[in-house]
Amino acid sequence: MRYTLLLHYEEMDAETLGGEALAEGQAAFASYAATLQAAGVLVGAEVLQPSAVTTTVRVRDGALQVQDGPFADTKEQLGGTVVIDVPDLDAAIGFARQAPPASWGTVEVRPGAVHTVEGVWTPNA
Amino acid sequence: MTTEEVRGAAERAARTSYGRLLALLAASSGDVALAEDALSGAFEQALRRWPHDGVPDNPEGWLLTVARNRLRDVWKSAAARASAPLDADSARHDPLAEHDPLAIGDKRLELLFVCAHPAIDPAVRTPLMLQTVLGFEAAEIARAFAVAPSAMAQRLVRAKRRIRDARIPFIVPPRTAMAERLPPVLEAIYACAALSWRGDAESLAGEAQYLAVTLAGLLETEAEAWGLAALSTLTLARRGAGGGPFVPLDEQDPSSWDADLIAEGEAYLRRAQPAGAPGGVPAGAPGRFQLEAAIQAVHCDRRRTGATDWPALRMLYAALVAVSPTLGARVAAAAVIGRADGAEAGLDALPPEADGESFQPWWAARAELLSAAGRDASTAYRRAAELADDDAVASFLRARAG
Repeated sequence: MRYTLLLHYEEMDAETLGGEALAEGQAAFASYAATLQAAGVLVGAEVLQPSAVTTTVRVRDGALQVQDGPFADTKEQLGGTVVIDVPDLDAAIGFARQAPPASWGTVEVRPGAVHTVEGVWTPNA
Repeated sequence: MTTEEVRGAAERAARTSYGRLLALLAASSGDVALAEDALSGAFEQALRRWPHDGVPDNPEGWLLTVARNRLRDVWKSAAARASAPLDADSARHDPLAEHDPLAIGDKRLELLFVCAHPAIDPAVRTPLMLQTVLGFEAAEIARAFAVAPSAMAQRLVRAKRRIRDARIPFIVPPRTAMAERLPPVLEAIYACAALSWRGDAESLAGEAQYLAVTLAGLLETEAEAWGLAALSTLTLARRGAGGGPFVPLDEQDPSSWDADLIAEGEAYLRRAQPAGAPGGVPAGAPGRFQLEAAIQAVHCDRRRTGATDWPALRMLYAALVAVSPTLGARVAAAAVIGRADGAEAGLDALPPEADGESFQPWWAARAELLSAAGRDASTAYRRAAELADDDAVASFLRARAG
């Protein structure tokens, strides 16, 4: 069963954060990835650039609308995603609680419905 | 065998086995709603077949086999409908294959942990237990919670869908996770004891006691589970006939309390407090439910001694407030201090009015303490009566207000 961990947290630029905290955060993410890899549950993970550089796209009545900024302008932004394949929700929560942003932000554990295999939608199992 | 007798046999089987059978079927499929459908279908079939064929030697095994076949039919037709080639794999897997219907295990503990899983809305945990483990109808549960039947049914359906779709596992958490997983289960059962059916006099306390004792028995060595079993049993012992005018605890006639249930509750409380671990290591400090049970045991002891041991209660309440400083515990502690050390000491110990102004027990305790101190208590009694959600309690308090 695949779950996507949605990492939400308040964005801070490197300057506010400070070099030491930034290095600590990077080390925490590195060791988290290693944990998931060693457990054999990691499907893929990505940490996103800040929402300051995001672009929102809509098509309304056939017309393209492009806007700068995120879908929802909230204090905590989607900062990254981790896809894991584990037996059940307890296992997923077990890995979610180890995600570094769980300690300073929020980790949403979302079960997958379908995902692509070689470009074909495939149900979660 | 008459239809009535068959109905009786089916109802007895339902009462004793419903939760066990449902837990087993749901644990195999991870789908509570599907398991409920299969099981109710099996009960309907029993009502049709048993009058002709006689009640089987093993009614539980019969019901499980029929329900299991119904589940298999659902899986087969789902597999037939499925077009995605990868689905064939999951359809071939029959999660019930390993179960011997003659050796029915008990998965109710797993089901209780599912119902009170942290991923389930706390407000729906107790209703879910009542429906799945005890077999109550959604409409009955809605009445107990004073919500519209459709709203309750929808909440239950949503919770069951969540269990299936998020794949909440039917497992007893490992011992290392018990400290964080057991309290919500105990809370949900405790909430069941605090409910009363609206519209009729029957109380859910008996069902809560059944759940608590079942949980403690299945877990065997969890002190707080035995504490809750003791608490709910001792509370049940003092419940009396119900109906009638409200009588405060210390004016109740202890001979009306159930001596067997008191003995049973005391035995559970002893199981919660092992007589010292090996090597003389003292057991951990008692938790909230053990302390509340011990408080009930002191009250019940008046049946034997004829008097209430207020200093013992004062000590137990001090310990309770230390581990669980809820407003209710602090108010009750102040009332007991009032009895042990005098009404003025009780009034001093009462939490500030800002905390208690909308809390009925705060006004009731304040009224009693003011009255005991010889001061004007009529306003406090009236406020307590206004806030009471039980008519018998309200009229008792109004009478005291004068």
